[in-house]
Amino acid sequence: MKLRIKYTKTGVLRFIGHLDIMRLFQKAIRRAKLNVSYSKGFSPHQVISFAAPMPLGMTSEGEYFDGEFDLVTSTADMMQRLNDTLPEGIVVLDIVALPDDAKPSMSIVSASDYIIFRNEECEEDIISRLIEKIDDMNAMPVVEVMKKTKTKEELTNIKPGIYALHEYVKQSPYTEVYDKAIYMMLASGSILNLKPELVIEALCKQAGITYNRYNYRVHRLETYMGERTSLQSLGTVGKHF
Amino acid sequence: MAKLALSERILMNIEKPARYIGNEVNIVKKDLANVDIRIAMCFPDVYEIGMSYLGIQILYDMFNRREDTYCERVYSPWPDLDRIMREENIPLFSLETQTPIHDMDILAITIQYEMCYTNILQVIDLSNISIFSKDRTEDDPIVIGGGPCVVNPEPIADFFDIFYIGEGETSYDELLNLYKEYKHSEMTRKEFLIKASNIPGIYVPSLYEVTYNEDKTIKAVKPIMDGVPASIKRQVVVDFENSPYPLKPVIPYIRATQDRVTLEIMRGCIRGCRFCQAGMIYRPTRQKPVELLKEYAKLMIDNTGYEEISLSSLSSSDYENLDELLNYLIKLRDTEHVNVSLPSLRIDAFSLDVMSKVQDIKKSSLTFASEAGTQRLRDVINKGITEEDILNGSREAFLGGWDKVKLYFMLGLPTETDQDLYGIAELAEKISEVYFDTVPKEKRNGRVMINASASYFVPKPFTPFQWAPMILPEEFTRRAYYVKDCFLQQRNKKSLKFTYHDANISILEGVLARGDRRLSAVIYDVYKQGAIFDAWTEYFDIHRYMDAFKRHNIDILFYTTRERSLDEVFPWDHIDAGVTKAYLAREWEQAKKGVVTKNCRSQCMGCGSAVYQGGVCFEAKN
Ligand code: SF4
Repeated sequence: MKLRIKYTKTGVLRFIGHLDIMRLFQKAIRRAKLNVSYSKGFSPHQVISFAAPMPLGMTSEGEYFDGEFDLVTSTADMMQRLNDTLPEGIVVLDIVALPDDAKPSMSIVSASDYIIFRNEECEEDIISRLIEKIDDMNAMPVVEVMKKTKTKEELTNIKPGIYALHEYVKQSPYTEVYDKAIYMMLASGSILNLKPELVIEALCKQAGITYNRYNYRVHRLETYMGERTSLQSLGTVGKHF
Repeated sequence: MAKLALSERILMNIEKPARYIGNEVNIVKKDLANVDIRIAMCFPDVYEIGMSYLGIQILYDMFNRREDTYCERVYSPWPDLDRIMREENIPLFSLETQTPIHDMDILAITIQYEMCYTNILQVIDLSNISIFSKDRTEDDPIVIGGGPCVVNPEPIADFFDIFYIGEGETSYDELLNLYKEYKHSEMTRKEFLIKASNIPGIYVPSLYEVTYNEDKTIKAVKPIMDGVPASIKRQVVVDFENSPYPLKPVIPYIRATQDRVTLEIMRGCIRGCRFCQAGMIYRPTRQKPVELLKEYAKLMIDNTGYEEISLSSLSSSDYENLDELLNYLIKLRDTEHVNVSLPSLRIDAFSLDVMSKVQDIKKSSLTFASEAGTQRLRDVINKGITEEDILNGSREAFLGGWDKVKLYFMLGLPTETDQDLYGIAELAEKISEVYFDTVPKEKRNGRVMINASASYFVPKPFTPFQWAPMILPEEFTRRAYYVKDCFLQQRNKKSLKFTYHDANISILEGVLARGDRRLSAVIYDVYKQGAIFDAWTEYFDIHRYMDAFKRHNIDILFYTTRERSLDEVFPWDHIDAGVTKAYLAREWEQAKKGVVTKNCRSQCMGCGSAVYQGGVCFEAKN
């Protein structure tokens, strides 16, 4: 049976790279004694695949991976067994069973939303100063930033990738406490992909602040699939069991 | 979750920040309010190497079993972070609680190879502890060294308050109890060290004085006061079966060099190869019962989730219940999806059968540690493997589908001649001939490959070759070229390959392994010149050392190529490693005559290790 597992990656685990998180789950699944399926061949490996890879430094409360299981118990039991063995910072939030024809999560991701808050090492009012520029930026038809690729640097219009941008007034239970935060919903996935860092950089330009990556913490709230007008979180296609 | 010692900016600007954040699965957490002794346990190399080392996991587990003690880990910061820490004055910290090492009671450093000596200074220095023990005050942690290198700790004697000689499982409790007394009383650091020197296995180098002869050899190493023992006895766990074992080892997030469960099946080696220090200093050989090992294997796989298990010992084929253990592990492989990795197995029908079940034959190669090219020289070094063993093993393996063979040799062994060097090429050729004789044309896919590699022999203390001269680097290079030429003369030369190691690191190992206290100044000097991570060829700079030797008027040939006389006092003579000097001398004489010595199970040769009252020395013999 194919399951989709939603999890968090918070706190100091933001310094663990994507591949290492995959290895961490492989071990956790074994410690939790879940009956994951193994591939055939001389060195069998677990049949699991992760949705969007997460850059170093980012935290999240909306990550997903899919796994094929030979036997399953119940959502509650499997969650409990995993959470009992996962390190602090990673919590399984939900497990759903996918319909047989479900596409792998990696291929269907279309958007993510994030909150941005201040890293405690930087000036206190930095986020407020950026928030002041949000209305201006939302009114601009074109937002250009320098985008670096492996080979070149070029001005790119990031506006089409910004689905929403405003102040965020709630406190996430999965981050450190912040006084001010910015919310952004951005395109992500294989068709159009916009990194939150580029939006912050654009805001900094508006506010006349030199952009420094380490002044900001980026936290993903949720990963979505579907059209821009009808986005739903990756977990909605499945059912509890 | 502890607040990290390093800032976001630093962590995002260095390689693999996961090396420094702790919080791994299975770490020990303790309430600091209930802890009396805080220990930082250090492996002075990069995290991925240090985390792979079983000894630290054993001690970490053992110390933390004590309620009054909290042991945390620390590794050498990689050069990228090292630079930032110096620029920004950031003190070195422990992983678990991210506490500055200077706030700990004890900094315990395990020393596995000579090339980490400058990293030891790095760790002490970054911890803001005075590098020389004589400069430390009551506020500084006690710096303790342990591990195999400390059977001759003299080159680093000036940097340590205490060396723990031998296996950690025996005397640490007594030492920690004494430490507690010291901490809660008026006892001075000096008084503590004097008392500690009376605990078995504890060597306090500052309490011993070294005097020298005119020819620069050592006259004597003597305690500077009464009440300090003249010799320090290496510690051995006699009750090996019941000694603590880390069944819930810490699991690193990033891939460690050993990314698997390690099961120690046996300690020590019965063989007595004359070049091998480990084979001498872990005597007597002790093994764990197979039932216990099966239980451990299952528990550790359950506790870690690792997908691979590997056996640890110096010579697994000598473990008495190997068949039963391996059959059990193969069963685990099928039920639990655990790969089994098998180092140090003698190649024979049994091991090939097991290997064919656990490895992809097409991808793996067979390994023979022949060490020398001719039977004569193998007899000199007491390497109990014959040409027949190698050729038969190869034949079986070729029939089983293998077509890659690795051969290990050393160049510069005592009494080695060009004939022995030619023997290396000849042996490789013979193996390839066996291949062409046994595998019919239609079954050959691709070419058989015989890869021979040679390292530069370094004589080590507490081996029969501790008296032996090392060859000059120029001579090593000549011999290596000669062997290469010999390979080119072979008929199947296209299937044979010969490579040899870089000589520079071995030269230095040669100096440090049999070095004395006069070398401390050199190590300090090169460290001050910027040397760290000398075990990494990309950071090692031999010139830095050569210049320092010159500045300190040290002739390295005194340490390397000089043949010692039988009555010379060695820098490590005050360490009693179990094997006696008389036995080693006997073995040195036998070596020169080319006479082999039996292994402990066939016949006890009276090496001296029976004083420990356990292990193979007391197994029922037929
Ligand atoms: S005393 Fe005899 S049996 Fe014991 S380790 Fe030495 S040689 Fe081997």
